[in-house]
Amino acid sequence: MSQSTTSSVVTDASTAKGGGPHVTARHNRLSGGFFRFLVARFLLIIPTVFILVTIVFFVMRATGDPISAALGGRLSPEELHRRIHAAGYDRPLIVQYFEYLAGLLRGDLGTTLTDNQKVSDILLRYGAATLELSLLALIIALVVGIGFGRLAARHRDRTADAGIRVFAILCYATPVFFLGLVLKLVFSVWLAVLPASGRSSLESEMQFGRLVSPTGLYIVDSLQLGDFSVLVDVLKHAILPSLALGLLTAGVFIRLVRTNVISTYTSGYVEAARSRGVSERRLLSKHAWRPALIPIVTVMGMQIAMMLAGAVLTETTFEWKGLGFILADYLKKRDFVAVQGIVILIAIIVSVVNFVVDVVSALLDPRVRY
Amino acid sequence: MHEDNANKITVPGDRRLEDLKVSGSRSWFSTLPVIRDLRIAVGWQKGMLVTGLAITIAAVLVAIAAPFLAPYGFAQTKDAQGHDFPVQSAPGAGHVWGTTVGGFDVFSRVIWGTRTAIIAIVIAVVLSIFSGVLLGLVSGYFGGWFDKCCVMIADAIYSFPSLLLAILMAIVISGGQSSLWGGILASGISITVVYIPQYFRTIRAEVIRIKGSAYVESAKVVGASTWRIMTRHLLKNATRTLPVILTLNSSEAILTLAGLGFLGFGIEPTAAAEWGYDLNRSVADVTAGMWWTAVFPGLAIVLIVLGITLVGESLNDLADPRLRARKSAGEVIGSIEDTSVDPQERPGAANEVMAQIEASGTVASGSTVVSSGMAETDDTTVSGGASAPIPDAQAGPIGDDGDTPRTTEADHE
Amino acid sequence: MSETQQGGVTLTTPHGNLADIEHLSVSFMTDAGSIKAIDDISFTIPRRTVVGVVGESGSGKSVTARSIIKLLPETATTSGAVYLSVRNDEHRLDMLSLSGEQLRQARGSEAAMVFQEPNAVLNPVYTIGWQIEEGLRAHGMHDKRQLRAKAIDILEKVGIPEARTRVDYYPHQFSGGQKQRIVIAMALVLNPGLILADEPTTALDVTVQAEILDLLRLARDEFGASVLIITHNMGVIADIADQVVVMYRGHVVEQGDVDQIFYRPQHPYTKSLLAAVPRIGQRLVVHDASGAVVERKDDWHTQPVVVEAKGLSITYPGRLMQPDFMAVDGVDFTIRRSEVLGLVGESGSGKSTTGRAIAGLQKVSSGSLSVLGVEMNGVRERVFAPKRADIGFVFQDPGSSFNPLMTIAQNVAEPLIVHHAYSSVADAADYVGDLLEMVQLPRAYMNRFPHELSGGQRQRASLARALALKPSLLIADEPTSALDVSVQAKVLELFKTLQAEIGFACLFITHDLAVVDMLADRIMVMHQGRIVEHGDADDIMQHPGDTYTKRLLASLPVPDPREQREHRARLLALS
Repeated sequence: MSQSTTSSVVTDASTAKGGGPHVTARHNRLSGGFFRFLVARFLLIIPTVFILVTIVFFVMRATGDPISAALGGRLSPEELHRRIHAAGYDRPLIVQYFEYLAGLLRGDLGTTLTDNQKVSDILLRYGAATLELSLLALIIALVVGIGFGRLAARHRDRTADAGIRVFAILCYATPVFFLGLVLKLVFSVWLAVLPASGRSSLESEMQFGRLVSPTGLYIVDSLQLGDFSVLVDVLKHAILPSLALGLLTAGVFIRLVRTNVISTYTSGYVEAARSRGVSERRLLSKHAWRPALIPIVTVMGMQIAMMLAGAVLTETTFEWKGLGFILADYLKKRDFVAVQGIVILIAIIVSVVNFVVDVVSALLDPRVRY
Repeated sequence: MHEDNANKITVPGDRRLEDLKVSGSRSWFSTLPVIRDLRIAVGWQKGMLVTGLAITIAAVLVAIAAPFLAPYGFAQTKDAQGHDFPVQSAPGAGHVWGTTVGGFDVFSRVIWGTRTAIIAIVIAVVLSIFSGVLLGLVSGYFGGWFDKCCVMIADAIYSFPSLLLAILMAIVISGGQSSLWGGILASGISITVVYIPQYFRTIRAEVIRIKGSAYVESAKVVGASTWRIMTRHLLKNATRTLPVILTLNSSEAILTLAGLGFLGFGIEPTAAAEWGYDLNRSVADVTAGMWWTAVFPGLAIVLIVLGITLVGESLNDLADPRLRARKSAGEVIGSIEDTSVDPQERPGAANEVMAQIEASGTVASGSTVVSSGMAETDDTTVSGGASAPIPDAQAGPIGDDGDTPRTTEADHE
Repeated sequence: MSETQQGGVTLTTPHGNLADIEHLSVSFMTDAGSIKAIDDISFTIPRRTVVGVVGESGSGKSVTARSIIKLLPETATTSGAVYLSVRNDEHRLDMLSLSGEQLRQARGSEAAMVFQEPNAVLNPVYTIGWQIEEGLRAHGMHDKRQLRAKAIDILEKVGIPEARTRVDYYPHQFSGGQKQRIVIAMALVLNPGLILADEPTTALDVTVQAEILDLLRLARDEFGASVLIITHNMGVIADIADQVVVMYRGHVVEQGDVDQIFYRPQHPYTKSLLAAVPRIGQRLVVHDASGAVVERKDDWHTQPVVVEAKGLSITYPGRLMQPDFMAVDGVDFTIRRSEVLGLVGESGSGKSTTGRAIAGLQKVSSGSLSVLGVEMNGVRERVFAPKRADIGFVFQDPGSSFNPLMTIAQNVAEPLIVHHAYSSVADAADYVGDLLEMVQLPRAYMNRFPHELSGGQRQRASLARALALKPSLLIADEPTSALDVSVQAKVLELFKTLQAEIGFACLFITHDLAVVDMLADRIMVMHQGRIVEHGDADDIMQHPGDTYTKRLLASLPVPDPREQREHRARLLALS
């Protein structure tokens, strides 16, 4: 903050062109404190991931070696023993732990026991599906959460507010898989307007096979194909899962937006702006909204991490073949090497997302920026 | 007015305080968290609280009376005469909510499931409160390296999706499925581990806030032992916000339990009834148009979570003066008395310099942690007070304009 | 801008008052029923006049100001009328009957508000330029260049240096005094006929206060506005007001011009208020029940030294990659038994830190500090613990100095139990009752909880706790600054009496020179961690040597309008 004293930066010339000077002013003074914050926050990722990896590793191994867990009943004791020895699971745990850490640094998350695949390949194959679902759900959550949250704050303690709050609690109180089942029941079974499961129909799937560079994001891929019917098919499949996951998150967002906007809306600076004749609409959309956004963005970032857990349940419900679906599958098969790999992968994603979100919310806050 | 020294000059018609109905003696009963809040609540805020309480109490009653309410056992597939229950039968006379693929009676399983849910919550909440509160208290009071480590670990765990963590714990504890108590304990403990960081964070934040307050400092000046300060001053005051977190967490605990069950990490259907597991079984049924195996256990979850969340949200609102619709008479009287407190002195009160240092450039999550609103602002007006969700960079150096303030904050030019 | 009105030629000023408040009442709904904040008050605000509203907490003065622009919470109901003239016009608005768009239009352009706490009323995430322009936009100006020019212009007028650059700064980049200037700029830029200033200087240090008051005078003289200034400080009133409204418990007890209020007060409340105001050069003399003057038994000069500091320094470690902060920077002083040493300074001067170090609440970084014979530099708690029985501490904030979950008796008995004077609270009950009586509180208050006492009562109880073990050293950290003047006067009297009786050594920390002058034998002035002046109270007050002390003294407004005029001239000469 003390470094923000770079000598007179904004010159008279800058005053001439409306919005311009703000930008220049910001750029030039964005230094010191913010850079320190950025570095400190980035370095924080390392211990976070390290702690999670350590916890996950030792928790998973506390039950014994993964081979007995996965193949326990199916192999003879001798065969089991041979394979455990071959995989090195009979060495001291601490040795295995450091070996695993070393592997991680090389980007090696291990190989699954049941079907001999690299965990990193699983990420490549299934990651896109989860990303697509999460993004769609996030869009729904943001639209519903911010819209309703602000509306509730505006009409605080009136009927509209009460209605929105109950809706939010219902969204939050309904387990995502139950909501999924109900949506399926209504739209796929009773009304029969939307498909019950999967990411696309078989025909579309075959169309995607023709693509040279498929992204795995079906919406993007179908645009690549330029086939409108495929796009419609993909969207139809995506509606229910993203709605289920999106509404779950929307419930949390509504509450978050409402509480924070109310607290800024009743703050001294909004009261002061009101005393100068600023309209209520503008008080809400500018004066109360921007400062409320800082804590909102921070907590929303955490919710994105929680969405990954929601994705596991949603994908299982809709047979949406993403990371969550495959994780649940490996869990059923008791393939703990795969589970460990995927969970650690999620831990890394979560840490990075949180870092990005913290940076975004810091950028929104001039007190950190300068 | 009190028979205080204050000026005895009277003004005609000053009856402002006399009209207020301030309750005189209060029983200890009415000072209990939820009861106290019931008295404060007004309007539909009260409606929310009462509805929530009603649902929650009903759920507890159902759990207790499950053996009398449920027509059959949770694992029963034959009636008293030894005839098998019909499989996948729609709701009707014999089985009001129908039966499942396995021939279980849906109604009975939903009733018994309440019991499982409540027991799991109680275990989870009790265990995580004890460990979380203890850790938070010690960590927040002593600070130092232990505190730093605890915070880092708690933050790491906190940022991680709780369901995934619960799955890991479930694998460790039970290796998957098990008996009634084994299963419940496994779920309970898994959930506990997930929620310890939450209690830890809340209690620690409160302890740090209270640690700087004048009454704890006063105890230190007097020479009270650390043990005395922790038990007499910190513990009780820091845990005043617990009811709120407790309710919100128990509803999350139910969802986590159900999630575990849905992924097949719950309790064997023959050991106990568990809603999440039943929903897992009903995925295939739904596609076939059999709605009853999914809808009833699902609604049970929604209802109980709804009830507990309503209670938690109302408590949260009532504890936070910014969210409460009306002020209570006590606050008004406090603010109208002729000797009230200058609200502006807050952060600097105990330690002006530290307050400045703290205030300069900390980012806070600003989430809605409850603040026990004690002192209120001048006169009776201000709606809400000056509390921003961001820690106000208040207590800044109110230095002379000309001189550069000797602080870490804003030096300009 | 209103430059047309400069130079004494006020051709455009229409006749009649700017505002008439007639039979205004405001009540608030609470869960225990409705409560009247103000009750049937009437007064007028003439044009181009500074009207001071003075009253203690709860007198309803803030509500009055807010009612003028109808800035009240939804739970408020009003009756009566507020007539506000449109600037330069005979047309009058009935403010309480306005709503919606009309009310919005009137707010800011006819009457604008300046608040108490500049930190709270500046939006932390917008530049100050944007915030100033926002008021103009609300009143129909949309040209970007024009808006910006206006913002820069007004910032220059209120004395923000480098306004062109700093118009793009955020609030946290300004000091407290500058923030308040910006808040005033936001009001002035709309060129309202009336400025409502609600305790505009309460949160500021005294040297900054003088500058802000000058600015409000500027609003009257150069902008031709009327100012309604709300304050509890009689000195501020004497300094700035042309007319005074005295409020008490929701009523206007007196209105008149400033000389009449100060020299010929009519209402007994006004008289008692004036009598309670601390003044420089007025030693506090307390009489006991028989009318005899309460005096100390011993001459403190001959008493043993209780606290001695030599080169005492206290630093706070800096945050990540930032330098340490030196709060106290090599100070020397002594306190003798039965002496009252006044420690004066503005916020951030290190005065509280010094007090905390003596009480063992703050580590000494370097130098030596000997308290009751124990060296505090590197002291172990085990060594110091027994001495704690001999030290009392009174905290500033009566709101948080008691554990809210314990009764007054439990709180006051804490030192007695910790030091094993009594085994339980019940055991100590008799003595605690005596203590409460000593500080003039009824015995029955023992069973009350802290929130059931008023601020002044809590501060008395706090004194009782500090004196429970009859300590030989008392540290009082701004013990009266959160109290209203009339209560402050009583607490100070009590303090003086007890000090004379018990004869403890006392470090009295305060920012208020007038208060310290009433009590202290010697005074230390602290500034930026150093002691700039140190000596006998009378000497320092009458012949201050250091320029900082001089400025501090000159900035303190005297509660006497005529004297204050000369006083202000002296301050001007200093700067």
